[in-house]
Amino acid sequence: MSDVQKSLGLHLGLLALLFVLQFLLPAYHQGNLARIMVLATYAIGFNILFGYTGLLSLGHAMFFAAGMYGMALSIRHFGFSPGPAVLMGLLAGVALSAAVGALALRTVGVAFMIVTLMFAQAVYLTVLYFGEYTRGDEGFVIQQAERIFLGIDLSQPTERYFAAFALFSVCLLVSMWVVQRPFGKVLIAIRENEDRAQMLGYDVFRHKWGAVILSGTISAAAGAFYGLLFGYAGATFATVQYSILPLLWVLLGGAGTLIGPFIGALFTFYLIDIASGLTTAYMLIVGVVLVLLTLFAPQGIGGELRARLWRWLP
Amino acid sequence: MSLLSTRGLSKSFAGLRAVHDVNFDLPKGEIRALIGPNGAGKTTFVGLLCGRIEASAGTVEFDGADVSRLPAHKRIQRGMAYTFQITSVFAKLSAHENVALAVRRRGGDVKTDVPYALDRVGLADRQHDLAGDLSYGHQRLLEIAMGLAQKPRLLILDEPTQGLADSEITAFKALVRDLSAEATILLIEHNMGVVMDTADRITVLNLGEILAEGTPEDIRADKAVQSAYLGTG
Repeated sequence: MSDVQKSLGLHLGLLALLFVLQFLLPAYHQGNLARIMVLATYAIGFNILFGYTGLLSLGHAMFFAAGMYGMALSIRHFGFSPGPAVLMGLLAGVALSAAVGALALRTVGVAFMIVTLMFAQAVYLTVLYFGEYTRGDEGFVIQQAERIFLGIDLSQPTERYFAAFALFSVCLLVSMWVVQRPFGKVLIAIRENEDRAQMLGYDVFRHKWGAVILSGTISAAAGAFYGLLFGYAGATFATVQYSILPLLWVLLGGAGTLIGPFIGALFTFYLIDIASGLTTAYMLIVGVVLVLLTLFAPQGIGGELRARLWRWLP
Repeated sequence: MSLLSTRGLSKSFAGLRAVHDVNFDLPKGEIRALIGPNGAGKTTFVGLLCGRIEASAGTVEFDGADVSRLPAHKRIQRGMAYTFQITSVFAKLSAHENVALAVRRRGGDVKTDVPYALDRVGLADRQHDLAGDLSYGHQRLLEIAMGLAQKPRLLILDEPTQGLADSEITAFKALVRDLSAEATILLIEHNMGVVMDTADRITVLNLGEILAEGTPEDIRADKAVQSAYLGTG
């Protein structure tokens, strides 16, 4: 089997497993997994920029929130149905990431992190400022009647699971396709050695810009689905915490691996879930586990798998 | 006719004149060596040619067009290729992928062109190795393979033989002569054996200015060059 076939086998295998799990899991875990798949999609978006292009954004919550509010506000104020509303969320993500990318990419390194962080804070404060429409911190609920897409009630567990599964599958396959295309390979080249990539004649700025837009749009798709499937939009999702979470998932799962974002999101979710069942000081357990992972698996779970077992992991 | 020419090309770093008012012409098909003592401005000068460094004044003309205002990647797209003085490869990618990145940019066929370029520098059996795992000399050769895989019209080699073994240097000299049929070559080189054996003409830079220019024999005989660079003995 060639490396491409192996990787296709692994990732399609994961998707098949997730598909089947819906019929096997008890309702509680089924709900969790739906949430994890949406969050993992957010991490996939983040990973395109961080793991594959080598650009660390500390403001990805703005793209997640752009998708969420683009979707939710058009339902609330314009009476859109879920399909067009999600499309509005995507458009908001494209527009915001194109604008932010064009400006933030004038900086590099630490300055890039700070500029993205500041833009995200600006988006957060904008959400609060227009509290009359967004209901700020409090947020607003998207009613069950507003969440019916082509006759499918997305507030129901099974429907919700499959909607999350569809989103995750599409974004995983898109990212797998992209990193095997020449465009993706140039992104990896930029991550490895930007100077050399430029001196091979590649327009580094345009490629990075493309990466920001792709990354921001996938994050926005995750935001839009999150709001739609779980019926709520609020300013919490625009806070700095939601910019750090995808970084954490990707680092734990393995930056620059396709499967890493999912592993990271799954691992973190259940780590918190299990630890909080044991003690109220669950963040202490989570912290210790994170420190241990950083010490002994600095490349993340997916990265260690690649280094030790599966050299072909893309 | 000149493939490359500069007029009044200058670069100052905070008042230090690294390159000053250089008028330089490189005819098509020539192998030109650029020599000079350390700090003469050789790397800065080629940096100005390919756009890595922005000029303070002056113009660069390439293939009949003024490229002075173009960013580096656009000059590369017009047919320049540059190999770094300090080895600069994609360390975590395979040797094959390193060269493939060079081939894909010009829309070449990866299946045929990558093995061909690696074979020409003698790295055919190393294509699956990570570039970072190659020996220093092999990384230098990989850089050259990336340069020639771009099928450039002008190939700028910045101290390519640094760190190569004697046998590799012999092979390198043959490769350069071979390449001159396809590309014009500008070679910064410290190894005088390589310079004398390969170059059609030599340009000597000293303190950012052209000190002398001529055939290897002329340069060897030039008094000013001897005192500045070759040693007065």
